Amino acid sequence: MSDTDFEPKIVAFLCNWCTYTGADLAGTSRIQYPPNVRIIRLMCSGSVDPTYVLKALLDGADGVLIGGCHPGDCHYQSGNYKARRRVIALKEILKQAGMEEDRVWLRWISASEGQRFAETVAKMTEFLKEKGPSPMRQKWAV
Amino acid sequence: MIRRGIMQAQIPVEDGNAVAALRGFLKGLLETGVVEAVVVPMETPAGAVTPALVADPALLDAADPLAPVMGLNMARVVGPVTIREPRGKVAAVLRPCEYRALIELVKLQQASLDDLVTVVVDCLGTYTVPDYEAMRAKGGVSRGGLFAAARTGELAPQEGYTFRDACQMCERPHAERGDVQVWLFGADLSAGVPISLPDDLGERLGLSPVEADGRRAEVIEKIVAARIKVRDEWFAEIRGRLQEEGVEGVFAACIRCHNCMTNCPICYCKTCLFKSPIFEHEPIQYMNWVRRKGAYRLPADTMLFHLTRLNHMVLSCVGCGVCTDACPADLPVGRVFRAVGQEVQAVFEYVPGRDVEEPLPLVTFREDEWSEVGEEE
Repeated sequence: MSDTDFEPKIVAFLCNWCTYTGADLAGTSRIQYPPNVRIIRLMCSGSVDPTYVLKALLDGADGVLIGGCHPGDCHYQSGNYKARRRVIALKEILKQAGMEEDRVWLRWISASEGQRFAETVAKMTEFLKEKGPSPMRQKWAV
Repeated sequence: MIRRGIMQAQIPVEDGNAVAALRGFLKGLLETGVVEAVVVPMETPAGAVTPALVADPALLDAADPLAPVMGLNMARVVGPVTIREPRGKVAAVLRPCEYRALIELVKLQQASLDDLVTVVVDCLGTYTVPDYEAMRAKGGVSRGGLFAAARTGELAPQEGYTFRDACQMCERPHAERGDVQVWLFGADLSAGVPISLPDDLGERLGLSPVEADGRRAEVIEKIVAARIKVRDEWFAEIRGRLQEEGVEGVFAACIRCHNCMTNCPICYCKTCLFKSPIFEHEPIQYMNWVRRKGAYRLPADTMLFHLTRLNHMVLSCVGCGVCTDACPADLPVGRVFRAVGQEVQAVFEYVPGRDVEEPLPLVTFREDEWSEVGEEE
């Protein structure tokens, strides 16, 4: 695959109340963003078990985006604060395990930030295009 | 048990038999009614060592509180005995790594310190079950050398054997916490076994305070320095392998038996994700995966299993190493967990088993921490 026609696949875990609604707003506002993202809606960023992220990475996703409410705005009070610690732990473990932790992004995007959602996806797509395909795409022995 | 005043005392040793002296101490706990039963390693009539709950003082003649063998982490068996009321008042003899695991289990609500007297013993090093059984079959386990070495800190395994992998790199073999602490390091065990305990308990057991000779700290320092040297070499080696080969290299020979998970004292979930229907994939799903990569390792999700266990467990890993011993493929599970754990625990400034009041890093948070995370453009 040449650099030019590589289209990264991003799996996004978005919280129902903020980031998913933000993504919806991007759509209804007709804001253009790259079609590289596959969105999975969860009730809260705090319910993203690291296993989901790892499963996506090991099966060859080029990036994983976790989206939640800004600190202080969680519909369940503290889910995003817990998600923050969990993602920090996950990224440190990925680093220690010899995996590329920069393929995992955590972003707070509110229901009114359709523009920020579109920009985040565009930026992540661009970043992953430059970085190249995930090495896991080729590894069957995981 | 709350430690108000602490007493340093000495359990008298007769005929140079420190194990018998400790048995006597445990019998005292039962006979004075401090506890109704004791969880302690026992030598079975067949000669193997297993933990048991003992209520009859006479049966404590078979107790071996310093047995140099570790097949399972005692915290796993103390949990069910203490977890909820109604329960008995119990004492548990624990190595430092077992005490630390117990503290983590208490935080995970899988054990309780209420109605429990912890008796934490300095650990002179342990053998695997197969090694211990081989020693028994070939002329016996020599204990005298280890007891003598407690005085100097020059702990060495029996000739022809090694200590368990985890013990060789254990930098916390000394009783630091616990209601009763048995201080073997620096002690002349032919004369007496030094213990540290609450003074009301000491008085109840008829013990009187003695001056410590101050050798303990020095001996611990010596042992810890030697262990850290081994630990850091092994950490460097395993970290290098993880960076070069990845988990799929280090765990390549995994047969996915789940022994590491089953034997981990902390990995307690009754409804483990990996035994749930989530991982009962549809047959056609395998075809989707194999079309994508050309080949697909079976059983599926083997590296996902190890990486998930790292995510779920590594912050609480106390380094007991029973995972390594349980692995039929001889994988360095415990070394990976300890090496990765050191880094991840440092991020949260968390030391597993240090303090029961210290919350688990992933169930707590502060609003004002890592405030830059998630706000990037």
